[in-house]
Amino acid sequence: MLDDGKKPLVSVKDLKMHFPIHAGLLRRRVSEVKAVDGVSFDVFEGETLGLVGESGCGKSTCGRAVLRLYDITSGSIQIDDREIGATPQPDLREMRPTMQMVFQDPQASLNPRMTVEDIIKEPLDEHTTGTDAEKRKKVSELMDAVGLNRKFAKRYPHAFSGGQRQRIGIARALALNPKFIVCDEPIAALDVSIQAQVVNLLEDLQEQFGLTYLFISHDLSMVRHIATRVAVMYLGKIVELAPREGLYADPLHPYTKALLSAVPEPDPSLARTTERIILKGDVPSPSNPPEGCNFCTRCPSVMDICKRVEPDYREVQPGRFTACHLYNDANDTAE
Amino acid sequence: MPDGALPVLDVQDLKTVFQTRGGEVHAVNDVSFSLKPGELLGVVGESGSGKSVTMMSLLGLLPSPPADVRGGRVKFDGKDLLNVTPEQLRSVRGGKIGFVFQDPMTSLNPVYQVGFQIMEPLRKHMGMNKREAAARAQELLELVGIPDAKQRLLDYPHQFSGGMRQRVMIAIALACDPQVLIADEPTTALDVTIQAQILELMKDLRDKLGMAVIWITHDLGVIAGIADRVMVMYGGQVVEHAPVHALFTDPQHPYTRALLKTIPTIQGERAARLTIIEGQPPIMAGAPTSCPFRDRCDVAFDRCAVENPPRYDLGDGHDAACFYDVRTRGPRDA
Repeated sequence: MLDDGKKPLVSVKDLKMHFPIHAGLLRRRVSEVKAVDGVSFDVFEGETLGLVGESGCGKSTCGRAVLRLYDITSGSIQIDDREIGATPQPDLREMRPTMQMVFQDPQASLNPRMTVEDIIKEPLDEHTTGTDAEKRKKVSELMDAVGLNRKFAKRYPHAFSGGQRQRIGIARALALNPKFIVCDEPIAALDVSIQAQVVNLLEDLQEQFGLTYLFISHDLSMVRHIATRVAVMYLGKIVELAPREGLYADPLHPYTKALLSAVPEPDPSLARTTERIILKGDVPSPSNPPEGCNFCTRCPSVMDICKRVEPDYREVQPGRFTACHLYNDANDTAE
Repeated sequence: MPDGALPVLDVQDLKTVFQTRGGEVHAVNDVSFSLKPGELLGVVGESGSGKSVTMMSLLGLLPSPPADVRGGRVKFDGKDLLNVTPEQLRSVRGGKIGFVFQDPMTSLNPVYQVGFQIMEPLRKHMGMNKREAAARAQELLELVGIPDAKQRLLDYPHQFSGGMRQRVMIAIALACDPQVLIADEPTTALDVTIQAQILELMKDLRDKLGMAVIWITHDLGVIAGIADRVMVMYGGQVVEHAPVHALFTDPQHPYTRALLKTIPTIQGERAARLTIIEGQPPIMAGAPTSCPFRDRCDVAFDRCAVENPPRYDLGDGHDAACFYDVRTRGPRDA
């Protein structure tokens, strides 16, 4: 393994999250949307694992399923040496302080009728015992940590800008001293100049409190900045997982290649000379994925085997995992 | 880029004010720009910088009140669009000037077939009959790369994916052979691989049809790949305007320079820490009496607080609204 010295804080094995589709008069279960379909990865202590993919690929569902915000279809999730894959929801409560979430839309994830102080204090009320004064003190400390002025504690979310609201969401996630935070597109709703502020804040907090992040985003350049390792998802599956440098310098899976080449670079001379891989068509429906490899309908280097056999997700180089038949041959001959 | 040609669209000192209960908001302040035939002008800025409001005011798309287009001149096709009757303006919109909006989910009518919506401008502006319009609509769908065009004309918007819906929007905007196409964040709601498809399509169509395009976006990466000239907006004003290469290699306004530094890239050196622009965008209450960027600027000095800088011409089609001269590292024309 890559990080021999470190142990995984989070270990996900063959996670599946299928949502049923009901139809007809009797609301019979006719089919299912395979939003997450057999995903395995580890997140090591203190690292940031970036999870990227296009909309509908299942990355947000995956992040929420890891925190057991859903009752998962099957699979195993270990966080901090505890298996929580099948734990009933009431028993999960005592685990919640270890694992927290920062949501995408700071407008929708903050209660408009609660003051900032109440919002940040709510997890403390739920999970800790202590006097009101102690909790208030903790709230002030948290507001300092995320760069919010303490004087604004009595204000309501609408009085803050998008970037400031996201800071409130981060302060709430930090309130119970978590080890693991899932950041679900935390910067997608913000302007470029504000995005950098929030990303820098997340990095500072990681260093200060020794946090481990699962950073979900569709912004490949921002993930390159913040992540230690990156997993690329397509149609409910991880197609490639690799350390940051390797993935961006030498992507293995054809989808990763196409995705990276589609990112517009802010450099006019580069933008006009580099050859783009333009994928044809759209992502197939996750309720009816193609036979064989999920990417075979759009893959520029598709082979016959891809349309019949689903490729295994395996380690093709030290620390680099991918699910593609292109790399199976090389591996077989080497054995 | 054709040089020396007369501009198709010429905007001078456009000013738009919103009347709100909290007072006046000066959303567009003396914005001037021109557009030559076949040219692609990129407009960049953060939300609230006035880029969309500028385009909507020149087409008379803002409801009044609260909006009040207070001054300026928009020369198009020998007329001043700010001084024509609503009927005349209506014949320009969707006819000689096409418009593509940001969100393809909400800008198509869900209860009409896509074919009907493409045929509508053809019948209104070009006076085509049903059969002609249907043939042209099919041609347009093929042009924007939708397979099975004839069949798909009968489909409703919900039967199309996001990228396909944006293609339909582009087809509608192109229906009457516009001289100018205004695209307001047309790819923001789309995924990168779909965005790449749309960008290729636009470049292709521009070359094929020779129309001028105004492309509004907040993504400098998109601008780098597609624009001929770029206009950077901040606080309702044009702060810098330059040919695309000059803007990226030799930015002159502190805001443009800061913006270029804040964005991470997927190639080249990875910065250990992102540069940030401290502070928040300005509140645009009242007519500007100082530089809108001065609170966040690292080279601001006394003059910036008492006077709003005009756009200084720097030669080669490059201008910047800043009292500080990057080239001499000192105040401009003392």
